[in-house]
Amino acid sequence: MSKELTSRRPAWAASFEEEPSQAMVPPPALTALKPFGWARNNLFNSRLNTALTLSCLAILWFAVPPMLQWALLDATWTGTPEECRAAEGACWSIIAAKHRPIFFGTYPYEEQWRPLLACALFLVALGVSAMRACWRPWLVGVWFGCLTAMGALMWGGVFGMTYVANDRWGGLPITLMLSVFAIALAFPLSVVLALGRQSGLPAIRALCVGFIELMRGVPLVSVLFMASVMFPLFLPEGVTVDKLLRALAGLTLFTAAYLAEAVRGGLQAIPKGQYEAADALGLGYWQKMMLIILPQALRIVIPPIVNQFISCFKDTSLVTIVGLYDLLTAANIATTDPEWRPFFGEVYVFVGLIFWGFCYSMSRYSQWLERESNKFNRR
Amino acid sequence: MTENAIIELQRVGKWYGHYHALRDVSLSIGKGEKVVVCGPSGSGKSTMIRCINRLEAHQSGNIIVNGTELTDDVKSVETIRKQVGMVFQNFNLFPHLTVLQNLTLAPIWVRGTAKAEIEEVALSYLDRVRIRDQAYKFPGQLSGGQQQRVAIARALCMRPQIMLFDEPTSALDPEMVKEVLDVMIELAEEGMTMVCVTHEMGFAKSVADTVVFMAEGSIIEVAPPAEFFGNPRSERTRQFLGQILEH
Repeated sequence: MSKELTSRRPAWAASFEEEPSQAMVPPPALTALKPFGWARNNLFNSRLNTALTLSCLAILWFAVPPMLQWALLDATWTGTPEECRAAEGACWSIIAAKHRPIFFGTYPYEEQWRPLLACALFLVALGVSAMRACWRPWLVGVWFGCLTAMGALMWGGVFGMTYVANDRWGGLPITLMLSVFAIALAFPLSVVLALGRQSGLPAIRALCVGFIELMRGVPLVSVLFMASVMFPLFLPEGVTVDKLLRALAGLTLFTAAYLAEAVRGGLQAIPKGQYEAADALGLGYWQKMMLIILPQALRIVIPPIVNQFISCFKDTSLVTIVGLYDLLTAANIATTDPEWRPFFGEVYVFVGLIFWGFCYSMSRYSQWLERESNKFNRR
Repeated sequence: MTENAIIELQRVGKWYGHYHALRDVSLSIGKGEKVVVCGPSGSGKSTMIRCINRLEAHQSGNIIVNGTELTDDVKSVETIRKQVGMVFQNFNLFPHLTVLQNLTLAPIWVRGTAKAEIEEVALSYLDRVRIRDQAYKFPGQLSGGQQQRVAIARALCMRPQIMLFDEPTSALDPEMVKEVLDVMIELAEEGMTMVCVTHEMGFAKSVADTVVFMAEGSIIEVAPPAEFFGNPRSERTRQFLGQILEH
């Protein structure tokens, strides 16, 4: 009898072989998966659901066609501002006309291949670092080379490139550099803060709690103001710290405080027995944390950590208030041209899509990372 | 006994807030001696053996392990932990590492042993606990009994002079208790100093040199198993034995 049942099971059921009781349950009726039956079972199975389904369809009906009309059908893809004014739809030709100031801000026009190359290098380095096969010691060398090359490209002054002071940098390079450096620096700092918050030494604990609570209790805008305006006042006469660096420090500290709380959540999720086993084996504090606790804790908190990364990436657009030209500010300035002024909306849509592209990539990467890190971690 | 004692507890006291967990516990354990600690739950058995490797800090009295007095000094704790292996009720294997990595981690990082060398040793220990074929699996893929045997092998890889067992079979399904006890009996036969908190009275009878009975944070009775089970001195012991041997 059981043999008969086994032979009649579809191929996918073979994976349940070790749990025969489950395999005996017949698979759901196939008819349920057909669109019509599915819709009746899920969308129109009660009066309330029918009403909700119909109102959703109505909203889509009123919203989507005009949007497509504006964005695609009536849009002007190539053309002068005059042609754009005459047309009903979106004016995408502003992107073609203004993409250089949007991407590179006030960087000297003839030299803009340099930030372009620097951004490309940066993105390639990030892409390589994201791959598991590349998590080798040589990656440090790759980054060292990349950052040196990027510095040379952005500043110039070597190999016959003219010098460009960093107050003329703007657009995508600023957004990318600020966010990636802020994330890369904030992450280790946050781990130290989270560990400090759990420390047995009251002074260290108080310091970490104080820092985290201070940073979390203050808007990012005021942290950036502090970093940019107040901080130089405390420095001795003649010592100056670059404005970009100050903004980076503000962003890093702010992000680290939030990340620290996410990491702490992971630390608290690790059973006490893991700490005790590490202690009993004679591992020291840092060995215990680096080898046993953090590898497990960080795996658990990948989703909130990436959440914070994404948030940090978008927060870089706030550096505009201390006079730095990130992508959004550069785009904003690019639309001040009176001829193109009416079409600022299109520029914001474009910039929004760029931000979305980066954030969505991070989100997808985190999902992959989660699967990857749990592959062998079946409890 | 006191001269060649490897573990010496002298009037050890411990409080959790106002709760008096250990009351003047004095005990002397000789090299190669097998001690089984038993008693009702909450009697301080686990607390006592967890004080021996400083998973809990005692607040009064002295603990001397293999000639080193256990103090707040980190050095003394490090010295003692290197000589004392521990097996827990809930195994506490590291789930993100393979079985082999669980075994080699501490020897590599604490003792500075070469990886290739300790891997060979680790595999031989896995052989001894009859689980070598699972070396490259993760703990989560093993049964409870297998996990506990890995935990014993992990502790042995540090080449300890003393092994502490904190209710090693209490979290196991009944059919897996024997495979773990068999490994412990073999270990005892090899002359390891063992302190074992357990409710397995069969193990106590056949393996122990000494049975320690605790209740309410105090040691009530210390006796060889024949005497302990055959002719217990205190009323409290008789009561306890009556309860657990009823079945």
